[in-house]
Amino acid sequence: MKFRYLPMTEQDRKEMLSTIGVESIEDLFSEIPESVRFKGRLNIPEPMPEPVLIRHMNRLAGKNASFDQYTSFLGAGVYEHHIPSVVNHVISRSEFYTAYTPYQPEISQGELQAIFEFQTMICELTGMDVANSSMYDGPTALAEAASMAAAVSRKRKIVVSRAVHPEARAILATSAKGLGLTVVEVPCADGLTDLKQLEAAADEDTAAVIVQSPNFFGNIEDLAAIEKTAHAHKGLFIVSANPLSLGILKPPGEYGADIVVGDAQPLGIPASYGGPHCGYFATTQAHMRRIPGRIVGQTVDEEGVRGFVLTLQAREQHIRRDKATSNICSNQALNALAASVYMSAMGKQGMQEVARLNVQKAHYAKKRLAEVKGVETVFNQPFFNEFVIKLSRPVKEVNEELFKAGIIGGYDLGRDYPELKDHMLVAVTEVRTKEEIDQLAEVLGGLL
Amino acid sequence: MSKEKALIFELSRPGRIAYSLPQSDVPETDALPEELLREQPAELPEVSELDLIRHYTELSRRNHGVDNGFYPLGSCTMKYNPKVHEDVARFPGFAKIHPYQPEDTVQGALQLLYELQQDLAEITGMDRVTLQPAAGAQGEWTGLMMIRAYHDSRGETGRDKVIVPDSAHGTNPASATVAGFKTITIPSNEKGLVDVDELKKVLGDDTAALMLTNPNTLGLFEEDIKLIADLVHEAGGLLYYDGANANAILGIARPGDMGFDVVHLNLHKTFTTPHGGGGPGAGPVGVKKELVPFLPKPMVEKTEDGKYYLEDDLPNSIGRVKGFYGNFGILVRAYAYIRTMGPDGLRQVSENAVLNANYMMRRLEPYFDLPYKQHCKHEFVLSGNRQKKLGVRTLDMAKRLLDFGFHPPTIYFPLIVDECLMIEPTETESKETLDQFIDVMIQIAKEAEENPELVQEAPHHTVVKRLDEVTAARKPVLRWKKS
Repeated sequence: MKFRYLPMTEQDRKEMLSTIGVESIEDLFSEIPESVRFKGRLNIPEPMPEPVLIRHMNRLAGKNASFDQYTSFLGAGVYEHHIPSVVNHVISRSEFYTAYTPYQPEISQGELQAIFEFQTMICELTGMDVANSSMYDGPTALAEAASMAAAVSRKRKIVVSRAVHPEARAILATSAKGLGLTVVEVPCADGLTDLKQLEAAADEDTAAVIVQSPNFFGNIEDLAAIEKTAHAHKGLFIVSANPLSLGILKPPGEYGADIVVGDAQPLGIPASYGGPHCGYFATTQAHMRRIPGRIVGQTVDEEGVRGFVLTLQAREQHIRRDKATSNICSNQALNALAASVYMSAMGKQGMQEVARLNVQKAHYAKKRLAEVKGVETVFNQPFFNEFVIKLSRPVKEVNEELFKAGIIGGYDLGRDYPELKDHMLVAVTEVRTKEEIDQLAEVLGGLL
Repeated sequence: MSKEKALIFELSRPGRIAYSLPQSDVPETDALPEELLREQPAELPEVSELDLIRHYTELSRRNHGVDNGFYPLGSCTMKYNPKVHEDVARFPGFAKIHPYQPEDTVQGALQLLYELQQDLAEITGMDRVTLQPAAGAQGEWTGLMMIRAYHDSRGETGRDKVIVPDSAHGTNPASATVAGFKTITIPSNEKGLVDVDELKKVLGDDTAALMLTNPNTLGLFEEDIKLIADLVHEAGGLLYYDGANANAILGIARPGDMGFDVVHLNLHKTFTTPHGGGGPGAGPVGVKKELVPFLPKPMVEKTEDGKYYLEDDLPNSIGRVKGFYGNFGILVRAYAYIRTMGPDGLRQVSENAVLNANYMMRRLEPYFDLPYKQHCKHEFVLSGNRQKKLGVRTLDMAKRLLDFGFHPPTIYFPLIVDECLMIEPTETESKETLDQFIDVMIQIAKEAEENPELVQEAPHHTVVKRLDEVTAARKPVLRWKKS
């Protein structure tokens, strides 16, 4: 059978075998011992021609309920935002997406410059000095931040708020096992990190205090107070932040954060069932040489013309091997490009405007839902585009009913927080209209 | 002539916009207290939509991808990235779904993940596969964390050493460190393979695992793999397969049959998902049944009546390694590839990859030093020692290749070959492309003899000339700043 991705003809094969000096392709595998040869055929489905493949993929995709068909109020770390048309056009240029990591700078200036611009934009949003070229996602970036803090401070204890995304804390726990770190979780009070408990937990042995703001419940943490606790014993202050919120919120850098991480998914990257998204990682000048992953720097060529290269590579696995600051190699470059295009398209004004729209819609929604019988609003805290409501029925049941009305409901907090049984985390971004929010309120009113 | 390209910040003019958002349709609220808000807006570009498109189009023209030309970057498997995959991954039913939607509403996504788990288990000869790791290095770490959990579960907590050959990828020792192991590096023998006597010396009751790439980074198959596996297992250790080079063995030999206990694959290498300029990739991990309890959670499972679901109740799991269920959009592409090729197609992939590499190796052999003479698998290494004596380094030859529109091979890796050039053509390249590249390599070898300056001063035709990497690292400029 012939395949469109395999160009060798019978004639080519004959000529090539003769140049090599063997009779058959089989001869090229002669050193593989019989005992480890795979006999027979792989038990996987037979090949599909392109039209059949497309039909098959369409059928699978059709079994999923997409944002195009349903009105979604689901967030919890992954958000539906408007993605400007230009984003997909730029990342679909195959000079970008079919390239490898830019090891040969002379023919990779496009990618390198785009990453340099990405690093700059992340610094601008977060208020930090340096950013790397991306991490796998927000949760793994957070785990890397903890690892860096331990290396910098030479301490082994990580203090993390329970208002940090549960999956980020789960990955931190896995990663801490490998690195031999201890993780202490600090409880919440009224939807924010409990400052008293935080103070009690952070001590001389603490490498870092980690909080998320807006936190998992959508609430904005008191970063000024947390900074004091984090730095009281010479630990690092790590903040995880939704970068879209930083269009209007005071950046963590201004509160004295040492490391800021998060996921750039809200910046032009599709939800895509949870990936690929794009972690970002920013820190201060002081810790520049401890940062994990790839970094692009500006330099000049032999004629003095500005150009860009991968730099500070002495930190990395291909040079330092077992002494590297991290094992990361591949990152999420194409999605960092998508985020760059998004931030360029929104620009200085658009990033403020989109963030403001998120705040307004979410605040209207919270007010509107508070009027519904059977809905109780909880946590009276400043919040960004997500808030928590308590329902008079189990969230799972309510969501099943909402789905029948064309609505994907919010996140069931009882999954991760037993004390928040029947609590729903509702996300309202700029794509939701007043009409859709009112409809959610009406349908909920009929259910509770 | 070198040519500078303006940064998007330098194109910015106050008041220009490239976005379009609807007016707010909800009543105004003073939602947030003033002290929580930024005083200064982030200094992001202000450009029109056409400015933006011209900027990124120009950047793309300053970049070389597989679609621009041959890209024989060893150990990176820069094969063609099928276009239909880009289309299907963008179907709203895949791209516009949320990871926390109820399982009933994402049965197609779960089915795809489940089937991909099964296919990759069959292809590698393993019992179960997790799709969660985002890249090869993350797969390595995941695999090593499972190996650790396995030894711990048997009360063998003293197994803290991971053995790697000196030809191993840098990620192997780096991942071992992050998983809490110490690395022991063993030298290769004169044939470029694992030196079994050296291995025996370091195996012991502190051995957690041996990490191997097979074929190794020299492109050579470890013929003694059965013996190696037996020795490691007798010592109580496990065998880890770095799948970076799996493109050589599809349907021909399976890591599971060679005695490996844990395997990772790089879907962005062997299974055609695009490298994206450095990611996103995917690094699924397969394990033998002894290690199944330790797989990361959740796993995708299927009920007897054909319903797919996420299993989170895995008490011995190492936990989560990445957010959600892996780089789903990448997994969609790899799945489409496996469906396109089927069992015979995948085998042909490896046969042709190996044919191409051997053809190039034999044609280049007269002009360059070939340190290992046996048949190679999907890639091979040359040494530029002969040219070095003429004053032309491997780096110079790599830069000269740029003038001909080729991406150079991997250079100076593996570390055990002087002036190394590691060439991996892949199966998707035609004989004509291989011949063109070979002819240019021969020409460069001649230039090294007759006109070495031409090579030493290369590249001559790129948008910038060689860049000052030393100053870049000594006085780092890592971001643009408004002057």
